[in-house]
Amino acid sequence: MSIYLNKDSKIIVQGITGGMGSKHTTLMLQAGSNIVGGVNARKAGTTVTLDDTELPVFGTVEEAMKETGADVSVAFVPPAFTKAACLEAIDAGIGLLVVITEGVPVQDTAEVWSYLKSEANKAGTRMIGPNCPGIITPEESLAGITPHTIAGKGPIGLVSKSGTLTYQMMYELKDFGFSTAIGIGGDPIVGTTHIDALEAFEADPETQAIVMIGEIGGDAEERAAAYIKDHVTKPVVGYVAGFTAPEGKTMGHAGAIVSGSAGTAAAKKEALEAVGVKVGKTPSETAALMREIMQSL
Amino acid sequence: MEYQAKELFAKHGVTTTLGTVVETADAARAAAEEIGGVTVIKAQVKAGGRGKAGGVKLAKTADEAFEHASNILGMEIKGLTVNRVLVTPATPPQEEYYFSFLLDRANRQYLCIASVEGGVEIEEVAKTNPDAVKQIPIDPGTGVDAAKAREIATEAKFPEAVFEQAVTMIEALYTVFVEEDATLVEVNPLARLEGDKLEALDGKVSLDDNASEFRHEDHEAFVIRDEEDPLEAKAKDKGLNYVKLDGQVGIIGNGAGLVMSTLDVVAYAGEAHGGVKPANFLDIGGGANAQVMADGLDVILGDEQVKSVFVNVFGGITACDEVANGIKGALEILGDAATKPLVVRLDGNNVDKGRAILDELDHPLVTQVDTMDGAADKAAELANA
Repeated sequence: MSIYLNKDSKIIVQGITGGMGSKHTTLMLQAGSNIVGGVNARKAGTTVTLDDTELPVFGTVEEAMKETGADVSVAFVPPAFTKAACLEAIDAGIGLLVVITEGVPVQDTAEVWSYLKSEANKAGTRMIGPNCPGIITPEESLAGITPHTIAGKGPIGLVSKSGTLTYQMMYELKDFGFSTAIGIGGDPIVGTTHIDALEAFEADPETQAIVMIGEIGGDAEERAAAYIKDHVTKPVVGYVAGFTAPEGKTMGHAGAIVSGSAGTAAAKKEALEAVGVKVGKTPSETAALMREIMQSL
Repeated sequence: MEYQAKELFAKHGVTTTLGTVVETADAARAAAEEIGGVTVIKAQVKAGGRGKAGGVKLAKTADEAFEHASNILGMEIKGLTVNRVLVTPATPPQEEYYFSFLLDRANRQYLCIASVEGGVEIEEVAKTNPDAVKQIPIDPGTGVDAAKAREIATEAKFPEAVFEQAVTMIEALYTVFVEEDATLVEVNPLARLEGDKLEALDGKVSLDDNASEFRHEDHEAFVIRDEEDPLEAKAKDKGLNYVKLDGQVGIIGNGAGLVMSTLDVVAYAGEAHGGVKPANFLDIGGGANAQVMADGLDVILGDEQVKSVFVNVFGGITACDEVANGIKGALEILGDAATKPLVVRLDGNNVDKGRAILDELDHPLVTQVDTMDGAADKAAELANA
């Protein structure tokens, strides 16, 4: 078991012919993902060969799904076209939509989210991202850009806003392995939240413990803490990046900004610890806390 | 800044008085003469509380305008130097209201906040009389049309005398919010002037950089370079994601989360080394080629406070050998300009090749440490030497 993605997932890539799209489709194939095709309206009817696999290019997501039975789409389209690509995938009824694109205007994402929770989302599409590394179920499937070589399958579930911190944490805990690692993205609005992932990991029999990585800005970690208190029985270890970040400065991620007393790492750590989540001060300390928990299970 | 927000208001039909922006006291006098009557001289900086800081003054005559402008120009408000003042006609409000549209991250929608009880003291009103501050969710899918604007004006309890004006203004403000890709459009105070005229007396607009990038070329004109830190300005020109901080250990890393984490680890390590702190945030992102690395090092070495530099890279998509070659190339490009010790920690994709390249380079300034914690400690130690 795993969450959202497994070996049976059939993946298409929106923007497969672009630089990012073709590079990462190759890496996804190497990770063992079942990639069944791609979408580019201007190159419909052609094929692309990546990692010795010939893949059909379709004009629309709808057509790609009809011809291949795809249930997951990974989008590598430029920010100006991301909203349209998302709406198209939702209309086509894709199950999981992973949006890697960085730099999407937040109002575009807000409109996509509004569409996702409206009646128009007949298939119940789940979106991960934008501005995220995607999702990996090690040794089964990768829908995104997380290197598949860092860690193998195991009992830990990981949810993080940040890509490289996900990699760092997977590396620190590679001897245990992961059920699924999901990067939800650092934008102010994302399709899948920490809470969504916690809920899924709690329900996943293969996941025994959960690492949750947050960062300054917003109150997603505080709300996740409230959720953990009432709904999560599995042990959770947390890490929050940005303890030393000054107020009013945006740290790379559009969402990572401390405004006044809100959004500080200290406040998030406190909220998590208040509900029994052990929080590390650094990635290595966080990994050590998880190690203790895994050894006591 | 206020005058820029007002330009955007005027562009989309929000009733406001633009006034004249000037950079000298002489120009303020001329502007006041031109406007005639009593004027207000207002400091233009990106900070709240300008009035309380003495940055807003009433001038009865043009000479008084000159005098106030002389005092306000050059003044510091919340660490920002005032380089411009806005001269507007003095229009004493009969009543002050508050109105804004903003991005509501927590609920993944937009939010309208309106209060007809008190404008500038809105935070105080929110504390003492929260019921007077209406919060109305806006669905980004449907937005604000005439009917929704009417609903908002009704819920906010705008007085009858200005009700229709409020409806028109709410629609126009939403147009500013959407058409300009704002994350905040705030009018404070929204004033009821003599003759029941509704006008945006002061305002603030925050724009989304992601959207400005390709949808609003004109937004570039709103960037005020003289408020920027010179190193941040230099980094921006080179397309680097850099934030200047107050410390001694320069930081270069890949990925926003990992770089933030690196700042923390360095700050903790610094506790054992004379309290040295991280000097900056710098995320070089995925493609850490020689030029990006050289540009990054160049900016960081331009920071006189910096005593050592910590390069922390976890090769995910980026391969460590590319990063190592980037460092090697950067040192060649910089030559004698590279003067501070570099502590490098590489891990992940192609780490063996990357470390071998730096071992072979055997550069006197470069020290390799295998772990993030160990490298942070070494960089802090060198910064305290």
